[in-house]
Amino acid sequence: MSDNSAKKVLTQPIVDNNPIALQVLGICSALAVTSSMANALVMTIAVVLVTAFSNLFISIIRNHIPSSVRIIVQMAIIASLVIVVDQVLKAFSYQLSKELSVFVGLIITNCIVMGRAEAFAMKEKPVVSFMDGIGNGLGYGAILIVVAFFRELFGFGTLFGIEILPLIQNDGWYQANGLLVLPFSSFFIIGLVIWAIRQWKPEQVEKD
Amino acid sequence: MSSNKETFGKTLGFVVVVCLVCAALVSVSAVQLKPLQTANKLLDKQTKILEAAGLLEIGAKDGIVPTYNKFVEAKMIDLATGQYIDGNPDMFDERRDARDPAKSVKPENDIAGINRQAKTAVVYFVRNGAGEVDTVILPIVGSGLWDLMYGFIGLEADLNTVKSVVYSDHKETPGLGAEVLNPKWKALWPGKKMFNEQGDIAIAIVKGGAKAGDVHGVDALSGATLTSNGVERTIHFWLGDEGYGPFIKATRAKELN
Repeated sequence: MSDNSAKKVLTQPIVDNNPIALQVLGICSALAVTSSMANALVMTIAVVLVTAFSNLFISIIRNHIPSSVRIIVQMAIIASLVIVVDQVLKAFSYQLSKELSVFVGLIITNCIVMGRAEAFAMKEKPVVSFMDGIGNGLGYGAILIVVAFFRELFGFGTLFGIEILPLIQNDGWYQANGLLVLPFSSFFIIGLVIWAIRQWKPEQVEKD
Repeated sequence: MSSNKETFGKTLGFVVVVCLVCAALVSVSAVQLKPLQTANKLLDKQTKILEAAGLLEIGAKDGIVPTYNKFVEAKMIDLATGQYIDGNPDMFDERRDARDPAKSVKPENDIAGINRQAKTAVVYFVRNGAGEVDTVILPIVGSGLWDLMYGFIGLEADLNTVKSVVYSDHKETPGLGAEVLNPKWKALWPGKKMFNEQGDIAIAIVKGGAKAGDVHGVDALSGATLTSNGVERTIHFWLGDEGYGPFIKATRAKELN
């Protein structure tokens, strides 16, 4: 990971260095917001924006941040951005903000945002940090959308709210899988995704 | 991160500047977006009221706000007496009042599990094309499985026949309790009678399915017994003496129009 060209930091976190699948960060929110594709997509956009801009701002002032208070400074910036995103969502997409409720606010505690600020933005130039933020947000979002795809399709028989598998309740033939409706089912799906990625890219397997 | 910038004054100054910038960012966005957020909240509420009134199709065509303003009239009532009181229904916030000890009471028979109840309420009168009130919409709240569920019941002008039961805000389990929003379940309600001939509350949610022709019975949600019980208790509470009971009696005694 020594080569930090813009393209590489943007694309690498999606599969090669995925924040959820390889670094196993940000799992909690991945469980909570993946019951529908729409929620996962909005959450992805929110996390991409927060990670990108927190990386950008932190990188701009990285040479002035006193190292004794650097974590709290990062937190202040991240928290402010999260509140702004939450406010914008409430103003322009009330329905979705109602469904995502506290989880947008909880982006503050998403380890990915702070992990990237501390590990990347504190050392690198603003533009490349911004790209790294987008990349990691997308990596997080890619997993979210895969998980939401399975949960919404097999849990509710819909995708983006459009009926794909007609449910028995609505005179169809499909018996919804109640397990997938519940948040912890994401553990299984994330586990399977990690397994699939590591089958494909064995170099990600940790050595004992 | 060289150590030459680690003086106390510099650190303090830096932190103060960062805080000020962040605070400014947050306050500007909050203040700037406030009008839009308020409008969204109101729009959401008016949409639910139109849905409870069965006017959602007209609302979708002519716009929610104009339809609401054309057909719906909100009035404040005192729950204990059932009489109209002065007050601006638009400024009334049931959840805020329920938290205010001066403006709320603890229900004696709290079957809905709400703990505190606002002393006043807003009821919505929906007029048809001829200008007569044909639907009365009563806001309700009560515990489901996980948390309070907020919604509306729409009654026809006899204040007995159900027109709709619409939940606007709940945290029930998706696929189970959240099926209160399923159009097929909502379609079971219209035409049911809340009260029996003696005037007692008779509406019931029946596990295993209501018998055909049962005017007081609605099928329970399968796999969501606790949510179904919550809905039944909520309706019983709000139609009872501590809910809209006095209002219903007072309103029936005089002409609705």
